[in-house]
Amino acid sequence: MINIVLLSLLVVVAIGIIRMKDLFAVVMLTGIYGLLSASFFVAMDAVDVAFTEAAVGAGISTLLMLVVITMTGRKEKATRHKPFAALFVVVITGGLLVYGTLDMPLFGSADAPIHNHVAPRYLNDSMQEIGIPNVVTSVLASYRAFDTFGEVVVIFTAGIGVLAMLFAHRRREEDEKLAAINDSMHEKHLVIRIVTKMLIPFILLFALYVQFHGDYGPGGGFQAGVIFSSAIVLYAMLFGLSAARRVVNQGFIQLMAAFGVLCYGCVGIASLLNGGNFFDYNVLSNDPVAGQHLGILLIEWGVGVTVASIMIIIFFSFAGRREIQQYVEQNKNKESV
Amino acid sequence: MLIGLFNNWVVIVLMMSGLYIVIAQGNLIKKLVGLTIFQTSVFIFYISMAKVSGGSAPILDQEISVYSNPLPHVLILTAIVVGIATTALGLSLVVRIKESYGTIEEEEIQQQDNLQNQKENKVEVKE
Repeated sequence: MINIVLLSLLVVVAIGIIRMKDLFAVVMLTGIYGLLSASFFVAMDAVDVAFTEAAVGAGISTLLMLVVITMTGRKEKATRHKPFAALFVVVITGGLLVYGTLDMPLFGSADAPIHNHVAPRYLNDSMQEIGIPNVVTSVLASYRAFDTFGEVVVIFTAGIGVLAMLFAHRRREEDEKLAAINDSMHEKHLVIRIVTKMLIPFILLFALYVQFHGDYGPGGGFQAGVIFSSAIVLYAMLFGLSAARRVVNQGFIQLMAAFGVLCYGCVGIASLLNGGNFFDYNVLSNDPVAGQHLGILLIEWGVGVTVASIMIIIFFSFAGRREIQQYVEQNKNKESV
Repeated sequence: MLIGLFNNWVVIVLMMSGLYIVIAQGNLIKKLVGLTIFQTSVFIFYISMAKVSGGSAPILDQEISVYSNPLPHVLILTAIVVGIATTALGLSLVVRIKESYGTIEEEEIQQQDNLQNQKENKVEVKE
C-alpha cells in the first residue's frame, strides 16, 4: 500500500510544479519529486536505482538548476495564450495510453512476459558464472557491459558538450580579482563551513565504500561517482569556486574523465587480445570467475572515475560562467558610478 | 484490476503532466523540469514492471527464493545518470540563450527572432 501513497504524492507534486510560477519553488519541488520517486524505488525492491535517484534527482540535479536560476532569474512570466490546444493533445494522448494499459499484465504478477525472458537466467546462473551476489551489478558490468560502455560514453560526450558551451578563457589577473570577490563572499556562514569541513571526508569515504562494495550490496560506479562529486560540489559551494579549483585542478579532472572511459574500453580490448569476445572477462585470468571479478572491478572503477569527473566538470562550468557574469556586472556598475 | 493497473495509470498522469509543461509553458527552465518529470515517469513504469509480489531485492542469498527482475533495474540505473548529464547540457544551452537574448521566455525569443528576420529582409530588398 505504501506505493499507492507515494505515487499519489508524486502526482500532487507534479500538479504543484505545473501551477507554480516561482522557479525557485519549482526547483525545490523537483528535488522533492526526486526523493519521493527514490522512496518508491525502494518499495519496489530496486535498491540500486533508488540509490542513484536519491543522489541524482534529489541532489545534483536540484543544485544545477539552482545555479542556473541564479543566472536567468527566478520569475516565470505568465503565458498570455490559452493552453486549450495543449490540454486537448495531452488528454487525447493520455486516453489512448490508458486504453493501451488495459491488457497489460497486472502489477506484481510473477508470470508476466518480462519475467520469462532472460531474467531467470540472470537470477539462476549468475552466481556460478560471475560469482557475485548483487545480480544488478553482474548484469550491468558483465552481461550487458557493452551497453553500459555506450552509456558511459554518452555521459562523457554530454560533459564535453557542457564544457564547449560554457567554457570561457580568462586572464590571470582577472582570475585573482575573482578569487578575492569569492573569498569575501564566502566568509559568512561560519557554522555551515565548519560542519561541512567535518562532513566532507566521510562523504568521500562513503563514496569509496559504495564503489568497492557494489558487488555485494547496492552500489557501484554510477552511484559512487555521483556521491564523490557531490562532496567536491559542496566544498565549491561553501568555500568558493577558486578554492575548489585549487583542490581539484580542472585540467586534471578533464584528464580523469577521459581516463575513465579509456580504462573501460581497454578492458574490452584486453579481453579481445586474450582471445575472447569484447568484454568477455572469462579470459582475463586462468579461473573464469576470477577473471570476471577483475573485469568488473576495473570497469566499475572506470565508470566511477568518469561519472565523478564529468559531474564536477559540469558544476565547475556552470559556477565559472556565473562568476564571470557577476564580474562583468560589477565592472558595469563601477563605470556607471 | 483497479489496484493491478494503478501504477500504470499514475505513470500516464505523470507523463502527461510533463508533456503538458513542455507544450504549454513558455519558460525554458520550466520546460526542462517538465522533461525531467516525463523521464522519471518512464523510470517508474519500468521499475513497477520489474516488481514480483512477495519478491525481494535482486541480491542473491541462500534464504530467499523469489527475486524481483534485475534487468529493468540495470537499464534505469544507467538511464538516470545519463538523464542528468543530458539535462545539464540542456541547462547550459539555456544559459547561453539567456546571455544572447536576455530572456528565457519562448515568446520573447520568437519576437526578437521575427524582428531580426524582418530587418534582414528589408536590407535585401534595398540591395
